[in-house]
Amino acid sequence: MKTTKKVLSLALVLVLAIFPIFAAGTQEAAKTGVTLKLEQFSGSDATLSGKALKGMIAEFEKQNPTIKVELQTIGYDDYFTQLQSKVVGGNAADVFELNYENFVAYASEGALLDITSLLGDTSGFNETAFNAFNYQGIQYGVPNSFSNVVLFYNKALFDKAGIAYPTDSWTWKDIEVASEKIMKLGDNIWGFYRPFSFHEFYKGAAQNGGSLMSSDRKAFTVNKAENIEAASHMVGWQNDSKIMPTDADMAGMGDWDLFKSGRLGMIVTGIWAFADFTANCPFEWDITIEPGNVQKATHFFSNSYVVSAISKHPAESAKLAAFLAGSKEATKLRVEASWELPPVTYPEIIESYLSITPPENRKAVFASLDYLVTPPVSIQQAEMTAIIQSHLDMILSGKQSAKTALDACQKELEAKISL
Amino acid sequence: MSIQGRRGIRVALPFLLPSLLGAALFAILPIGISLLLSITSWTGMSKVTLTDGFLRFVAEHSVGLDNFAAILSDHEFWRALSHNLYFIVLYLPSILLFSMTCALIINAQRRGAGLYRVVYYLPVLTSWVAGSLIWKWLLSPVYGPINNFLAIFGVEGPLWLQSELWAMPSIVIASIWKDMGFYAMVLLGGLKSINTEYYEAARIDGASPLQMFRRITLPLLSSVLFYVTMLSMINAFQLFPQVMVMTKDGNAGPNGATMVMVERIYKYAFRYGKMGYAASYSWILFVIIMAFTYIQKRGEKRWVSYDV
Repeated sequence: MKTTKKVLSLALVLVLAIFPIFAAGTQEAAKTGVTLKLEQFSGSDATLSGKALKGMIAEFEKQNPTIKVELQTIGYDDYFTQLQSKVVGGNAADVFELNYENFVAYASEGALLDITSLLGDTSGFNETAFNAFNYQGIQYGVPNSFSNVVLFYNKALFDKAGIAYPTDSWTWKDIEVASEKIMKLGDNIWGFYRPFSFHEFYKGAAQNGGSLMSSDRKAFTVNKAENIEAASHMVGWQNDSKIMPTDADMAGMGDWDLFKSGRLGMIVTGIWAFADFTANCPFEWDITIEPGNVQKATHFFSNSYVVSAISKHPAESAKLAAFLAGSKEATKLRVEASWELPPVTYPEIIESYLSITPPENRKAVFASLDYLVTPPVSIQQAEMTAIIQSHLDMILSGKQSAKTALDACQKELEAKISL
Repeated sequence: MSIQGRRGIRVALPFLLPSLLGAALFAILPIGISLLLSITSWTGMSKVTLTDGFLRFVAEHSVGLDNFAAILSDHEFWRALSHNLYFIVLYLPSILLFSMTCALIINAQRRGAGLYRVVYYLPVLTSWVAGSLIWKWLLSPVYGPINNFLAIFGVEGPLWLQSELWAMPSIVIASIWKDMGFYAMVLLGGLKSINTEYYEAARIDGASPLQMFRRITLPLLSSVLFYVTMLSMINAFQLFPQVMVMTKDGNAGPNGATMVMVERIYKYAFRYGKMGYAASYSWILFVIIMAFTYIQKRGEKRWVSYDV
C-alpha cells in the first residue's frame, strides 16, 4: 500500500511539473515593453520585398522604442491552414495578414478586432482598397497593398513577327490574331498564356458581360449564357486554336519562366511580376490594360493587416498595422522594392512609383483600376473556389461541354454554399 | 476475479497510470469530443473550450444528424470512397507480393542479410513528404528518369501524376516503395519462427521448393499474413500524405482522380472551415474501417492457423 501511494504521488508530481513549462513563456515581455507578433505571407522573398519589410519594421521600432516586433513569414500555400489552427487555438499573432478573399470569413467569425477608432488619420488611403476591409460597417483591417493584373508582352517577338504592339483598345480577337502570327516564328513559341483558373474565369466572364453572382450577391449565376460562352472561348485558346500551351506542353515549366525564356508573346499576370521580369527578361517588354471581349474587366487583389480579437495590446497592434500599411516611410520602401502597389494617395509616392521603368507604360496599372471587378466572395470562400475550379477542370480536360459543366457547377454551389 | 488478479492490478496501476493518463487525455478524450462535434456546425474558427460550457456549445450549434445525411447523400463522398477502394485493390495484392518477395530474399541470404534489411527498410524511415517529392520528380513526364528510361525502349511513358488514368497507380507505386520494407520485416519475423526441421524433413521426402512454400511456409505464416493484410488495409483507408504532396492538392489530382477520404476530411476541417462536418466524415470513415476489419476477422478462421 505504501509503495502504491509513493508511486502515485510521484506520478502526480511529474504531471504537475509539466504545466508550468507551458505557462512560462507569456509573462516576460511586460518588463521591457511590448512585444507584438506579426505574421504574414507576403514579403517572404529574401532579396526585394523581404528586405523592404524588415526595413519597415526597423523604422517602426525606431519611432516606437517601447514596442518590439517579432516577424514570422509563412509561405502562401500553408499560410491559411496554419492561421486557422492558430486562431482556433488562441495563438493568433497580434497583427496578421489576410487577403481580400479570406477577409470576410475571418471577420464574420469574430476573430478580428474592430479597429475603426484605433487607426487615427486614414485619409491617405486609397478608398477602394480601404473600404474592401470594412465588414458590415466596421473597419477590421487596413489594406497594406493592392495589385491588379495587366497584359505583359514581349516586344522582341512582336517586332520579329512584324506586328504592332498591343494597345489599350485591344480585345480578345486582337490577341488571337497576334498570337497566330507569333506562333509562326517557331515550334516552341507560343502566343498567349492565361490559365483557365477560378480567378481568370470570373474575370473572363465579366469581360464577356457575365458574372458568377447576382449583383446583390445573394444568388449564383454561374451557368448564365455569357459565362458559358466565355468558358468555351477561353478553353479554346488551349484546346482549339492552341495559341496557349497546355500543361503537357509546359512540362512542369512555370508560366513566368516561359515568358522569361522569350518563347511567349503575351501573358496575363499580376503586376507583382515587375521585379522578377525586370531582373530576368533578356529582352524588352511592356504592359497594357488587359483586353476584354465585349467590355474590359480587371482584377483587384488586396492584402490587409488585421488585429487579432484576442490581442493583449490592441492599441499598439493597430498602430503597427496602420504604420506598415499606410505610412509614408513604409510605402516608400514598398515602392522602391517594386512590391505591389501601396494603397495610398500621396502624390510623391505615386509619382516615384510611375517613374520606375520598365515597363514604360506603367500608367496602365492605374488605368486598369477603372475596370475593376471584385471576386465572388462567400464565407465558404475556399470551398466555393474549389467547387468552381473542379468544374472548370472538367471543361478544360474536354470531358464536359462548358454548358454541362457550368450547369452542374451552379447546382453544386446552390446545394453547398450559403450566400 | 481472483485475489491475486486484483492485487496484480493494484500493483500495476501506478505504473500504468502515466500511460493511461496520456491515453485518456490525448486519445480517448479527443475521440469523445470529435463525436460530439460531429453533430455540430462548428466552423473551426470560433474558439471552443472544454472547461467553459462545451456541452452548451454543442447543444447550441447542434445540427443533429444533418452532417451525416449531407455527406452520405453527396456524390463526392462516394467518389472519394471508390477511390480509396480502387487504391486498396491495386495496393493490397502488390504490397503482399513485394514484401513477401523481400522477406524471402532476406531469409535466403547467408551473408549480407543485414545490408538487405537496411536497404529495404530505408524508405520506411523516410518521411512521406521527402519520399513524395522524390517520386514526384521520378515520375515527372518529361524530365523524370522513369519516362526517360522507358524512352530508351521506344515507349512513351504516361503523364503519371498529371493524368487522370495514371495518378492513382502512381500513388500506389510510391506507397509500395515506402511500405514494402516494413511489412517485409514483419513477414521475415514470421519466416524466422518457422522451425527449420519441417523443411529438412520435407527435403528428405523429396519435396520441391514450390511445394515447401505452399505446404509449409504459407500455412505456418498465415497468422502473420493475416496481420499484415489487416494492417495494410487499415492504413490504405487512411491514405493521405502522399496524395497531398504528389498530386495537385487544390483539386485533389487531375479532375479529382486522387480525391480520397482523409484528404476530404483535411480539406473540410482546415481549408473549408467545416470542422463539424469533417468530424462526421471521420466517424463515417471509422465505421467503414471497422466494418472491413470485422469482415476480415470473420474470414480469419477459414485460412489462418495459429499453431506453429
